[in-house]
Amino acid sequence: MSAATPSQTVGPFFSHALPWPDGPYVVPAGTQGAVWLRGTVLDGAGEPVPDALLETWQADPGGRFDHPDDPRGGTAGGFRGFGRCPTDADGRWAILTLKPGRVPAPDGRRQAPHVALSVFARGLLDRLVTRVYFADEPDANAADPVLAALPAPARATLLARPTSDGYRFDVRLQGEQETTFFDI
Amino acid sequence: MTEPSLQARRGLAVRGYRREDEGSRPPYLYPDYQATRLRAPRRPLTLLPHTLTEVTGPLLGEGRVGELDHDLTRQHQGEPLGERIIVTGQVLDGDGRPVPHTLLEVWQANAAGRYAHHVDQHPAPLDPNFTGVGRCLTDAEGRYRFVSIRPGAYPWKNHQNAWRPAHIHFSLFGRAFVQRLITQMYFPGDPLFDHDPIFHSVRDAAARRRMVAGFDLSETVPEWALGYRFDIVLRGRDATPTEEAP
Repeated sequence: MSAATPSQTVGPFFSHALPWPDGPYVVPAGTQGAVWLRGTVLDGAGEPVPDALLETWQADPGGRFDHPDDPRGGTAGGFRGFGRCPTDADGRWAILTLKPGRVPAPDGRRQAPHVALSVFARGLLDRLVTRVYFADEPDANAADPVLAALPAPARATLLARPTSDGYRFDVRLQGEQETTFFDI
Repeated sequence: MTEPSLQARRGLAVRGYRREDEGSRPPYLYPDYQATRLRAPRRPLTLLPHTLTEVTGPLLGEGRVGELDHDLTRQHQGEPLGERIIVTGQVLDGDGRPVPHTLLEVWQANAAGRYAHHVDQHPAPLDPNFTGVGRCLTDAEGRYRFVSIRPGAYPWKNHQNAWRPAHIHFSLFGRAFVQRLITQMYFPGDPLFDHDPIFHSVRDAAARRRMVAGFDLSETVPEWALGYRFDIVLRGRDATPTEEAP
């Protein structure tokens, strides 16, 4: 058994290296049912973070992952499930995706639709991990084991709100409305 | 018993990944690194049991790597200035198993300590023959190899007379969301280690050594380039799956 290589910050100089032209497109533009998941990353002073990188990982609308360890078989049409987007000068990010389906929980319950989200930035020695849930899924959210274990204010920070072209999910790294982050 | 048969029998049982000890994980708030002060969360993290979401992850790479992406010295008309190096190693999981066909992305400063990035204002020369960005996939045994030039140290204004030790940024996916890793590879014997809060944010000395490449004469190509070996270990799996309700 060997110990893992430690994390170090992504630093300020990744934007010529890590972003991909198709990074924000989990599904191609024009895909039927696609939604924009958009947000802003804010620091402890409430200022936008212009040098963060966000990555998403999620199931397809049927709740399946494009991965051999999903024992239920593959996704329909090789759904990539992964998105990557740097923040702009105003701290904004966006990915175009399909809303995920419900995913089984290890205890036999079902998880509410959610997107796993990583935040990398200068000043973050390790990535931050959170989950995007959807505010318009109240029944599924009420039955979700991860959400159920959180106090109401912490739960509220994980809900993306419907917008005209999808959903909005802001990440607050620090402060009163600090986003709930997970130790994975 | 093989993993697939175990999973088939248990249906959706999930075998999670081991968590690293605190000494190997840099804290979010590390005041000596000033940028952590307004960016580190102040509330404790919530422990997340691993579910299918965490034990799966993007298996990327095919079609994303060009023929010369692994050779940072051949991406322009001429050759970059600096000391030519080969950086090679194996990507393993915490159980010593190779991680095959996984994407590595690297980026670094040039030999003068300057990034080809608009935000970098260090008054050192840019090199028109060096962008400092590379990609490759590990082979079936988890091995990778880059050709580059040794990056220079550079000042960064974190504190009075602050200099980063020379480093190459590495980004890896592994095969699960929880294995995702972005780190920095350092060079052996760098006198700046003792003055660098980013390096020292990893509190365990043995863990810090895992971020330092070894000089490797066997990887050195005579009359051409010095060789460095940098093995990367991603998290290993728990011994037993999380039990599923009947």
